Amino acid sequence: MSRINKSIPFWRREQFTPFLLLMPAILILLLVVLLPLLFSLYTSFTGYRLIRPDSLYNWVGFRNYERIFTNANFWYAFGRTVLFLTIALNLEFLFGLGIALLINKITWGQRTLRTIMMFPMMFSPILVGYQFKFIFNDNIGILNNALQALGLSDGAIPWLVDKQLAMFSIIFAEVWMSTSIFAILLLAGLFAMPRDPLEAAKVDGCNPWQVFRHITLPFLMPFAFIAMTIRSLDVARAYDIVDVMTGGGPAGRTELLWTLIARVGYDNSRMGQANAMAYVSILLSIAFTYYFFRKLIAARRYMGGAD
Amino acid sequence: MDTKLKKRIGKIVSWLLTFLLMLVICIPGLWVVLTGFRPNREVLAKPAIWIPEELTLNNFAQIFGFGAEQIAIPVPAYFTNSLIIALTSTAIALLVGMSGGYAFARFRFKYKDTLFLGLMLSRTVPGIALSLPVFMIWSRIGLIDTKPGLIIVYVALNVPFTIWLIDGFFRQIPKEMSEAAQVDGCTRWQAFWKIEFPLAKSGIASAGIFAFLTSWNEYALASQLTRSTDSKTLPVGLMDFTAQFTIDWAGMSAMAVIIIIPALILTFIVQKHLISGLTFGGVKG
Repeated sequence: MSRINKSIPFWRREQFTPFLLLMPAILILLLVVLLPLLFSLYTSFTGYRLIRPDSLYNWVGFRNYERIFTNANFWYAFGRTVLFLTIALNLEFLFGLGIALLINKITWGQRTLRTIMMFPMMFSPILVGYQFKFIFNDNIGILNNALQALGLSDGAIPWLVDKQLAMFSIIFAEVWMSTSIFAILLLAGLFAMPRDPLEAAKVDGCNPWQVFRHITLPFLMPFAFIAMTIRSLDVARAYDIVDVMTGGGPAGRTELLWTLIARVGYDNSRMGQANAMAYVSILLSIAFTYYFFRKLIAARRYMGGAD
Repeated sequence: MDTKLKKRIGKIVSWLLTFLLMLVICIPGLWVVLTGFRPNREVLAKPAIWIPEELTLNNFAQIFGFGAEQIAIPVPAYFTNSLIIALTSTAIALLVGMSGGYAFARFRFKYKDTLFLGLMLSRTVPGIALSLPVFMIWSRIGLIDTKPGLIIVYVALNVPFTIWLIDGFFRQIPKEMSEAAQVDGCTRWQAFWKIEFPLAKSGIASAGIFAFLTSWNEYALASQLTRSTDSKTLPVGLMDFTAQFTIDWAGMSAMAVIIIIPALILTFIVQKHLISGLTFGGVKG
């Protein structure tokens, strides 16, 4: 056996095949993601500014991190981002669950409804942002026009200028765009659900709420966590929406971590500091994804145990 | 009698809710599409004109460069850039994803789970955070504002998800089929192309559509890595409108329509496979 193995080169051997097949994927991710990230890790310890290329070799230790961790604006943006994600993800889950249950009940035209439901998911975030920038526009937006025509308000409500309303508008756009991922996956979960436990529970005298709470919901949770995992992979899409709708304004009131990174890095050309912030945002994303991925695995195990 | 009435009310309520839901989903998009066909003065009119008095193709003619008025935004160039970049990166991502997905679906090997997790984690890096180092490196090696520069980035962006989807589709095909073909004298390579590939074809196509849409819609990276008509894509070009002194809502909406249409058509084609791909890879994987 070992003699045969020696006669053929190692890349022709059977156990090497999967690595050979994965080589292109690994190479491209190494080149475009891992190496740049190592480079940006290095940069985050320098005082690199775009306008002065030689500052790339200006090692400053942890000063960038110290500076951002003592910067109130950074913490506001960080807190706002976490708040934004918490509100948006919870609303998306709740609405998605409601929509899935609703559409599951309807028998006529269900396929069409499902297809329509998928459209927001395929919209470019930049388009969603533009669309709501247009709708929420205080002067010519359809929302204010409608409110005025119905006599519900006489002035122009500054949806994107007032600080609270601007945050609301952005969350609205985000929820509009991403609820369908939850709805679709939860609907798929409802379709896959076995009928027997439901019948058994009804025979045993459970009321609809108990059936939902103890049978339907636990069965749906893995699907919800798939949706959460997929969502947490690209939470930073919100950057596009905010960039179009408010650009982080008014006066930084809708500044999220991601828009702050762009401002510090490109507009102020402080690459070192921006990279330090970028690392915080990467860790945040990984933390979100990891959390939901663990939940997904736990929920799957629970379901396997129930079977 | 009582329960019958209750059921009927429940049905009416659920229809009303569904109707409301569809309104919320459809109206924003439809309003933008409608605005794309309206003259600007009607869009800006106060009090609002609800029922369009005049529909026109003028906005489209303008942004594509024919028509009486010219606008300064080179939409045709952006459109070709978007198309070239999205198609090329999709094709490459599919090839890379097919070979990677096949490896995950058919082989047992060391570090398999770690590798899979690593691939997925690479996707979590926020676009804007990744854009900083890529911007620095690309500008040193001259890939800034070129199509290849963006294509490479998009391939990397799409590969993890493509592998995930294609892995799921290959797993649905019983291993025995290709083994039987190999017993009958096919090589593994032939068995792949003659048995497994045709069976997984529609799934692979939907992974491709998904990759295409990701590239077509991407903004955060493109907005930093592109500068001029050499490589600017449609989503970045859309922002050109906001840089002008007054926003040309009608023109911007017309451009939005151009971005939406491929997305709508492709979504319609892909919807069934996407759902099965996502849930299969996630739950049973």
